[in-house]
Amino acid sequence: MLQLLSDLVHWLTSSAQWSGPGGITARLLEHIQYSLLATLAGAVLALPLGLFIGHTRRFAFLAINLAGFGRALPTVGLVTLVFLAGGLSMWPVYVALIALAVPVIVTNTYAGMTAVDPDVTDAARGVGMTGFQVLWQIELPLALPLVMTGLRLAMIQVVSTATIAAYVSFGGLGRYIFDGLAQRDLVQVLGGALLVAALAVLLDLAMAGVQRSLFRHRPADAS
Amino acid sequence: MTAIDWAWFPDHIGDMTTLTLDHLSIAVPAVLSGLVIALPLAVVAHRVRKLRGLILGASNVLFTVPSLAFFVLLLPVTGLTRGTAITGLTIYTLVVLIRNTVEGLDSVPAHAREASLAMGSRPLRTLLTVELPLALPVIMAGVRVATVMTISLVSVASYIGYGGLGQLFTDGFQRSYTTPVIAGVLLTLLLALLADAVLVAVQYLCTPWARHRTKEA
Repeated sequence: MLQLLSDLVHWLTSSAQWSGPGGITARLLEHIQYSLLATLAGAVLALPLGLFIGHTRRFAFLAINLAGFGRALPTVGLVTLVFLAGGLSMWPVYVALIALAVPVIVTNTYAGMTAVDPDVTDAARGVGMTGFQVLWQIELPLALPLVMTGLRLAMIQVVSTATIAAYVSFGGLGRYIFDGLAQRDLVQVLGGALLVAALAVLLDLAMAGVQRSLFRHRPADAS
Repeated sequence: MTAIDWAWFPDHIGDMTTLTLDHLSIAVPAVLSGLVIALPLAVVAHRVRKLRGLILGASNVLFTVPSLAFFVLLLPVTGLTRGTAITGLTIYTLVVLIRNTVEGLDSVPAHAREASLAMGSRPLRTLLTVELPLALPVIMAGVRVATVMTISLVSVASYIGYGGLGQLFTDGFQRSYTTPVIAGVLLTLLLALLADAVLVAVQYLCTPWARHRTKEA
């Protein structure tokens, strides 16, 4: 166990490990690229949907069922399926990661919108705001903490699942996990897993920082 | 892309049944042991304010480790066994189960707890007969999420040979054959749906007071 730990520290700290095309720096950047792109694409798809469902209070069943479906959909199966259908490209990975992110963002956005006090939106309509103004100026700012929670949860899951890119022969930190698994090299697997977890935690902290700066005017609400 | 090979299905009913049962034999113990670990931890987090952040934070960090890595990391401890798959998934259920149980206990009205204590119940009895039953709807919501998530995650354990229906994904991937993959995805979704329905029924049976309330209203 002690030997394993010292090997791990050595693996993580040797400068040769960090440089080059297969080095940690390169893999880290690939991993960040996959994760950010997938989370962003997920947000672009999910935010309008969540806002629409929350604003109109229609198709609420869609938001609820989508969440259940998203959780039940096995990511490995989805990646394999898109891979077999479309061949070797990053598409299988992005499809699977976006499918992971969308339900989380939709349901949290929807939850944030329904938590807005109806008295407030009524008052906004009463002073003559249009539906879009109510959505943009009242509901969205009030729902923002939960919207951000959704984005952060989606990002954590995407970062941790982006390891799957290595399964279909792409890069990212999953490379170390899959290669280590194939080579029965536990240190490499351990190092890869630690880096993924650290990246997820760091990106989450960064998002928390963004969230705090967005809510500087009312710190009590920032979670 | 090759079309779905329908002839595959009747030929493999036996395999699909075996794999489905195998899938359940990993998912069910994982959720149950998750509950056994999560409940006491959640009670501690609910009672001891100082430990709350630590317990919730630790379970959050565990959630960020890729599930595949968990299985591999457990290999030296538990070996290439079913136990490895179950342990890895158990750890994954903790974040949802602990968070929901703490939230459920927090939502119990203080007067209910105080009334029970005033009537002479000891704290443990109050916990078991008043607080946990009142927190049950929120706890069950967590159990449902954890169960559906676990059923979907079992397939990741196919890399260590215990993936239940996930074996169909590896099989299809290696042979570039789409049909078993589609079957695996569909069966996983179906299994998750059924398990969720069973849990809704269990909750209905376990909370008779909630039913009476709706009848009176």
